[in-house]
Amino acid sequence: MAVKKKLNMRKRYEVLTRGMGWDTTYQPMDKVFPYDKFEGIKIKDWSGWEDPFRLTVDSYWKYQAEKEKKLYAIIDSFAQNNGHLNVSDGRYVNALKLFIQGVTPLEYGAHRHYAHLGRHFRGEGTRVACQMQSIDELRHCQTQLHTLSHYNKHFNGMHDPFHMFDRVWYLSVPKSYFEDAMTAGPFEFITSISFSFEYVLTNLLFVPFMSGAAYNGDMATVTFGFSAQSDEARHMTLGLEIIKFMVEQHEDNLPIIQGYIDKHFWRAYRVLALIAMMQDYMLPNSPMSWNEAWQIYYVENMGALFNDLSRYGLRMPKYSDVATAEAEHLSHQTWSDFYNFTHAASFHTWMPDDRKMDWLSEKYPNTFDKHYRPRFEQWREMEKAGERHYFKGLPQLCQTCQIPMFFTEVMSDPMKISRRVSMYKGDRYHTCSDGCKDIFENEPEKFIQAWLPVHQIFQGNCGGADLSDVLKYYHLNEGEDNMEYVGSPDHKRWQEWKGEDKQDETATG
Amino acid sequence: MADNVFLILQDNEDARPIIEAIEQDNQDATIDYQPGMVRIECPGRLVVNRDSVTEFRGQDWDPMELQLNLVSLSGNIDEDDDYFALSWSS
Repeated sequence: MAVKKKLNMRKRYEVLTRGMGWDTTYQPMDKVFPYDKFEGIKIKDWSGWEDPFRLTVDSYWKYQAEKEKKLYAIIDSFAQNNGHLNVSDGRYVNALKLFIQGVTPLEYGAHRHYAHLGRHFRGEGTRVACQMQSIDELRHCQTQLHTLSHYNKHFNGMHDPFHMFDRVWYLSVPKSYFEDAMTAGPFEFITSISFSFEYVLTNLLFVPFMSGAAYNGDMATVTFGFSAQSDEARHMTLGLEIIKFMVEQHEDNLPIIQGYIDKHFWRAYRVLALIAMMQDYMLPNSPMSWNEAWQIYYVENMGALFNDLSRYGLRMPKYSDVATAEAEHLSHQTWSDFYNFTHAASFHTWMPDDRKMDWLSEKYPNTFDKHYRPRFEQWREMEKAGERHYFKGLPQLCQTCQIPMFFTEVMSDPMKISRRVSMYKGDRYHTCSDGCKDIFENEPEKFIQAWLPVHQIFQGNCGGADLSDVLKYYHLNEGEDNMEYVGSPDHKRWQEWKGEDKQDETATG
Repeated sequence: MADNVFLILQDNEDARPIIEAIEQDNQDATIDYQPGMVRIECPGRLVVNRDSVTEFRGQDWDPMELQLNLVSLSGNIDEDDDYFALSWSS
């Protein structure tokens, strides 16, 4: 009896993804797949798309199960052994608060929308890849919630991230970006999330930040971060392949795809302002500055990527030069803003101590001492005098990215606020940059509908007229979750566990 | 010189024979240990061979297992039963 030879990887993948679909006869194909034509992307042959990992369903479950077993063994032991006591400083946990409020809900959004794509693309191979990614994203959301639930037992501000995601002002930044992608067509979504976000930018989110978690003794976060990132490597591949696939299918696709890349690079990059400050300010020990990470993962690595893609006629995203010039300012400006508005945030802020200031001077020789150190020293003086600075009032927000208008003209005058104005149907709209202005003016009907948190507060849609009312609407416990770190309930608990530490003495004087 | 591709693995026991195989088979690869992870860079092309990893590990290694310890990568992927490679075409 002849023994049937095991299929090789290419064959196994082919069996999974080819010939499994069919042309419908009871209903026209365009009614069964109603979304994949209106954007004007032309696909001649769906079988031209191939997943280079050639992952089949059985190997997908096998490897994912193995990842989960490893991860949950570590999470369990972390919780059992009170791993939170081993992190470098209580301040560090504020980065995790921002993570669970601002990133975890994005994972859930990605889960939902890849499930949608897994139904609505016409090609079977593409559908299979989107379905696997949808399951991955749900796994990320769940593992993040499980891991961080241990911190939630011991620190404030992490009790209701999904409620906050839908309401809190700074969380409207990641939310509005993702919803912009989710309300677009399937090709725009996949360019936005799989390529501009996952391929071009997530290395900046997960790699230095998770390495930073390792550097700060947070075993649990490193483990879920890298476990998620192992899927992410597959998602990045999907992003790159889908771009190549789309431009190979028809020459008319090129300008549409380049437009999507330009738009979503800038949208996703603006969200990363939060990551820049996490990396430089919220990690007590930072293995790498935002600017260094930007040089490696954007300038160098994306330079290589777009050299490769130039054979298709694609070029670097528009305003890459602005983002690179901003790399020396971004984290300082963002941290300053949160320091000013931390009375309305569900995490704490603080002024860097001397050691951190010196690290910032070293990492940012062109900008930190010149523009930011004096301001921070002034705020430290005010703190010592018992006048910790909070900005009383609400900021103007950018109509596109929804970030308060604190970015500056980094190409010409870094101390001048960058402000752009567009008129549409007799109304005036403000944006923070040329990138955001272009996006607004390309789709004004979409962006005039933006749910801007400040406008909503003024219109009375956020629980009431004063801060306490709004914080209640956010489910934020006033005096516990918000305000300065030094003297906060988190800080007091940390001191009870660990004793006084030197950093607190320098910070408080 | 060709642009660099890179591969980042978790810094753990599973990754060790993979890194040894990469060092042996890719002369121009540079290996940079950072907290929790190892970043491997190589101009133009980087390959991980099944036979080499199997040799260093003393146990059969399937290139798909790379997924378990992979943190990130950059370059066009070419994977088959016997190898996993990253490259830029320019």
